[in-house]
Amino acid sequence: MLIDDSRPIFVQIAERIENDIVDGALAEESQVPSTNEFAAFYRINPATAAKGVSRLVDEGLLYKKRGIGMFVAAGARAKLLERRREEFFRQYVQPLTREARKLGITSEQLTQMLGRSDSGTQLPEGSVAQ
Amino acid sequence: MTGTATPEVISVRNVSKKYKDSLALDNVDLTLEGGKIYGLLGRNGAGKTTLMSVLTAQGFQTSGEVRVFGHRPYESDRVLGRICFIRESQKYPDDFTPAQAFKAASMFFAGWDQAFADRMVEEFQLPAKRRIKKLSRGQLSAVGVIIGLASRAEITFFDEPYLGLDAVARQIFYDRLVQDFAEHPRTIVLSSHLIDEVANLLEHVILIDKGRILVDEDAESIRGSAVTVVGPAALVGEFTAGRSVLHRETFASLASVTIDARLSARERAEAGELGLELAPVTLQQLIVRKTMAATGTDLSVGERDSDAELEATK
Repeated sequence: MLIDDSRPIFVQIAERIENDIVDGALAEESQVPSTNEFAAFYRINPATAAKGVSRLVDEGLLYKKRGIGMFVAAGARAKLLERRREEFFRQYVQPLTREARKLGITSEQLTQMLGRSDSGTQLPEGSVAQ
Repeated sequence: MTGTATPEVISVRNVSKKYKDSLALDNVDLTLEGGKIYGLLGRNGAGKTTLMSVLTAQGFQTSGEVRVFGHRPYESDRVLGRICFIRESQKYPDDFTPAQAFKAASMFFAGWDQAFADRMVEEFQLPAKRRIKKLSRGQLSAVGVIIGLASRAEITFFDEPYLGLDAVARQIFYDRLVQDFAEHPRTIVLSSHLIDEVANLLEHVILIDKGRILVDEDAESIRGSAVTVVGPAALVGEFTAGRSVLHRETFASLASVTIDARLSARERAEAGELGLELAPVTLQQLIVRKTMAATGTDLSVGERDSDAELEATK
């Protein structure tokens, strides 16, 4: 359930919290569920949940208020967005341009295509008509 | 529970156990730390129950040293009051009701939580006033699960505690285990064949086969440590060349090869470019593959034959 077998669970827990911070579900300075709550919800070992949370503490995205719990650090969202954009470049843009070069697509054509697919997200072009 | 020191609670050194003509434990070395949920996995007859019996003074090793909380388990009553062993076919006095079994457990275990036991009786819909010998197999298992959890012993062994429990009851067990463990950290040793069901609950995995320890590893480091590569046989062969292969299957021109390796992002991308598919390997699959690889059962051809041989030699 929700947890997959390809990677360590603590990494997946950390990513889930990161996603919630990025899309605003967890606002900065708001409290994060406790590790025991994570464990119960995802049905995972509490130590594993704790490892995921402490990874984000180490990265300065969460901080601990003694006796109260974990909170989202100020600036966490900006930090994550920057990191995600860098990842986006490596994971998507680089392979995209590599493949485009292979197919002889000029950067102008590529930009045009991107524009087309951008408007396509509103109303998928062709997919309806065909 | 983050970063709490976890001192060793059980140590097993060079322990062997001989029955008449077979070696149930073969030079076993193990260290168990406090505050963790261990999975003790292995086939029937692999030595799981023998190991747990030795650790709880219900059996004796032929050679080697066992220490529980630093003591020999059978020499110290104080040790026995701190450990709880729920056997697969736990026996209770004939005329006992579950309520009486709980009463007895409450006198033996200092940490017994009666309110918690009562809640679980409700959840499992257990007839607490009926005689135990009249209970169904599942209800009998529920009695064991309740005693194991409500006793809050410092070390609790569950030896396949789920026989006869339906899927709903097993989920209740897993949920109560996680919640109660989170609130009252202690050491749990869970022996189970339903590996997929318990995989996410385990912090550490011990795989035993023919009395020998095959795997003794952190569950998280096992996760993703193997991968199955699927695609055209030639390409799969090339990609997996020189790797430790756990399992190989071919079908027409396709091959599916499970390798004992964690792939880097680069290798994953490479596989993608070759048009190969990468499938995660569940803990259960990995345990099956490792056990078969160790037994030499997993010969890509004639796997069925060697399985049959194995059956025949039993």
